[in-house]
Amino acid sequence: MERREFLKKCILVVAGASVPVSALTLIDPKKVFAENPDIQWAFLVDTNKCVGCGFCVKACKVENDVPLDANVSRTWVERYVYTKDDRRYVDSPKAALNGFTESRIDLGRGEFKDIDPKSVGKAFFVPKLCNHCSSPACTQVCPVGATYKTDDGVVLVDRKWCIGCGYCIMACPYAARFFHPVYNVADKCTFCYHRLSKGLDSACVNACPFGARKMGNIHDKEDPITQIIMNERVGVLKDEFGTKPQAFYIGLAQEVR
Amino acid sequence: MKSHVWRPLYVVIAFVVALLVFRFFYVPNDFGSGKRGFMYSFHRKSNEMEWKNQPAKYGVSGRERMHEYCSACHGAIVKVRTEKLHGIIPCEDCHGPAMNHPENPEKLNIDRSRELCLRCHTNLPYTTSERKRIPGINPKTHNTGLECVKCHNPHNPSLEGMK
Repeated sequence: MERREFLKKCILVVAGASVPVSALTLIDPKKVFAENPDIQWAFLVDTNKCVGCGFCVKACKVENDVPLDANVSRTWVERYVYTKDDRRYVDSPKAALNGFTESRIDLGRGEFKDIDPKSVGKAFFVPKLCNHCSSPACTQVCPVGATYKTDDGVVLVDRKWCIGCGYCIMACPYAARFFHPVYNVADKCTFCYHRLSKGLDSACVNACPFGARKMGNIHDKEDPITQIIMNERVGVLKDEFGTKPQAFYIGLAQEVR
Repeated sequence: MKSHVWRPLYVVIAFVVALLVFRFFYVPNDFGSGKRGFMYSFHRKSNEMEWKNQPAKYGVSGRERMHEYCSACHGAIVKVRTEKLHGIIPCEDCHGPAMNHPENPEKLNIDRSRELCLRCHTNLPYTTSERKRIPGINPKTHNTGLECVKCHNPHNPSLEGMK
């Protein structure tokens, strides 16, 4: 071996040995993912567990300053009653703020329908809220850019920028938006964005004693809620509208829309 | 070209310039779209922070963590509660939001109303719903006008624990 050759090889060996071990380990995608969480919030409703107590509605209204007595709400619970002669009734008196304390059906405009307990076939409760769609119709129609989808999947309304035209309220297929009686702008469920960013559950998830409402990060494959959405039989509301809703329902009946 | 063509054109140009100048000063410069694109997420960026900074009212999340938090001071009563049927109900559902309790609010506004209990304990003839598992009464005949807590202990609702 020549002297020049020897020196060259020495340099190579030293350079090779000085590379830290960490530089040689392969990048673990899970680790990278955990450090840069790609959050995409999704909601899961287990309709089988809901008893219609309305604690979620109360908690939501208190948490988000929606007047309790105003007949608007960011979330609500619907009651479905099927009679044995196959008549179907749906109601949600005061958005179920005080639960369902009567068996008669609220037909609206002060009219009620008494139902004979013996004729009830099946009945169940379905909590509803904004679906935080992937392709939300409401944000498309906003003429001033006041409502939008955040990068983590929540649809919000800019209260300072909203002109109150009401296009979004009409565009939402789920009637999840309403006109806020105090701020006089469009208002809707925010998934309790302020709570999520503080690491808390949303007020309705927090208040539900039965675990009928849950929330998770659908981009995190380890998330228990994502596991349920991926592995169990879940449905979404009004899939045919193409809005790609991000609120998933377990035990969805055909009549629930 | 003659001046009668130029004159209205100047007006139009002046109008457009005025509009652009107005827009330049009026539209906040953090207006833009996120990764959802112009169609779904054209918005004022600082509004996201405005929503995030809203104060929360309901305190610690999750039933277990809430029990843990509350039992730091109210240990005995939380223990009774968690062992009994009503253990599944978060404390704040009846006791009210307690984010900064005991500083602010110093005292919680407890809902002891009959209506609160009737949310779950009204007897509804829905045998297929989860509601059937909860014992229910007819609010029109069962001790009307009396608050439930006069006889029943909400922390230990079993009928042996009646006051």
